[in-house]
Amino acid sequence: MANITFIDQSGEARTVEAAAGSSVMEAAIRNDIPGIDADCGGACSCATCHVYVAEDWLEKVGPPQPMEEDMLDFAFDVRANSRLSCQIRVTPELDGLTVTTPERQG
Amino acid sequence: MTEHISADVVIVGAGPVGLFAVFELGLLDIRAHVVDILDRPGGQCAELYPEKPIYDIPALPVVTGQQLTDNLMEQIRPFQPTFHFSEMITSLDHLPDGRFRLKTDGGETFETKVVVIAAGGGSFQPKRPPIPGVEAFDGKSVHYAVRKMEAFRAQRVTILGGGDSALDWTINLAQVAARVTLIHRRDAFRAAPASVNKMRALVEADVVDLAIGQVTELIGENGVLEAVKVKRDDGSTHEIATDALLPFFGLTMKLGPIADWGLALHENLVPVDTEKFETTTPGIFAIGDINTYPGKLKLILSGFHEAALMAQAAARRIDPERRVVFQYTTSSTSLQKKLGVA
Repeated sequence: MANITFIDQSGEARTVEAAAGSSVMEAAIRNDIPGIDADCGGACSCATCHVYVAEDWLEKVGPPQPMEEDMLDFAFDVRANSRLSCQIRVTPELDGLTVTTPERQG
Repeated sequence: MTEHISADVVIVGAGPVGLFAVFELGLLDIRAHVVDILDRPGGQCAELYPEKPIYDIPALPVVTGQQLTDNLMEQIRPFQPTFHFSEMITSLDHLPDGRFRLKTDGGETFETKVVVIAAGGGSFQPKRPPIPGVEAFDGKSVHYAVRKMEAFRAQRVTILGGGDSALDWTINLAQVAARVTLIHRRDAFRAAPASVNKMRALVEADVVDLAIGQVTELIGENGVLEAVKVKRDDGSTHEIATDALLPFFGLTMKLGPIADWGLALHENLVPVDTEKFETTTPGIFAIGDINTYPGKLKLILSGFHEAALMAQAAARRIDPERRVVFQYTTSSTSLQKKLGVA
């Protein structure tokens, strides 16, 4: 288990529990987090689960894989801390992770 | 009187559920026209996850989106559907005789007894780049597709993106444009390696400019572009004189014109009954991911079931006099004849 906090563009924070082994996207969808569309259902083929990882978590979360980096080309307003949340695997070490959802998905 | 196609059924969407609807209607001797905004069948299966395995299609332990599409195309071949690809139905009007008139953005007009909406998540449309005010330039200086290369002759063209579309048009338009600039957010391209090499050769030969960065601002007035402002990774910005901007950031799903067809909508989904999968408008059915009803599951297998029941109701609407006899493909020679196996 890990607690993950999603902050939306208005600054509202929502913290949810995520099971280890699941993805950050799945935790968002299961808890009706607004701002995550996940059109393709986690196949890394749509770039609609885009999040910004909080700076102090970047090292623990790690960089995107090449396939995810390719898909990020399609995301809206990509920044250095952009990730697709379906590709972030939840581990106990990520307990407390904070991500921000973008203004819009695609 | 303008030319139109007279039809029994027009299916909106060539995803797996739209394709299987061709099969179920075909067993009842109803030939279908199928319209899809993509240039090929498969819908999301083809566009979003052609190579991803699907594990929940009955009797197929694992199948990719593309294999599923190919199998369905083979399965429906005996029913000879007419496909209208790269077209979107833009309007639906009611005719006095109870039929519907559908018009596409490609200039096609259908007059049909039944409409089957199998549009999944909506129509795939190009993604707009995240540049403030880009809408004002749409269609005049900003284009999301190249219909005629000649339109860009002697123009200063700026292309955004790192995929096959961006690279292919960079290479092709370099032949007619005054200058082509390719802008991508990183110096790595997911396009086919051969295209990337060709693009790099054109940059080397000073035919094409390559800029790594993101466009932050469009400069121009009344929809006429003069330049784009590019921000590099190091924070510095520079302007690129531009007549035409071509962003290639892939596709996104939007409900699109269906919203204007007078149907009841619930959160961008079309409510239907669970006996006929008919909408609030008799004669218009909705199947697959686009519909909603109590207990709805957005599964391909649910869409297949919905297609079968829809077909029965559609047959009664198309020919109210006809008695529809329920038959099995395993034992009915008349169904087997239709399938071309008897």
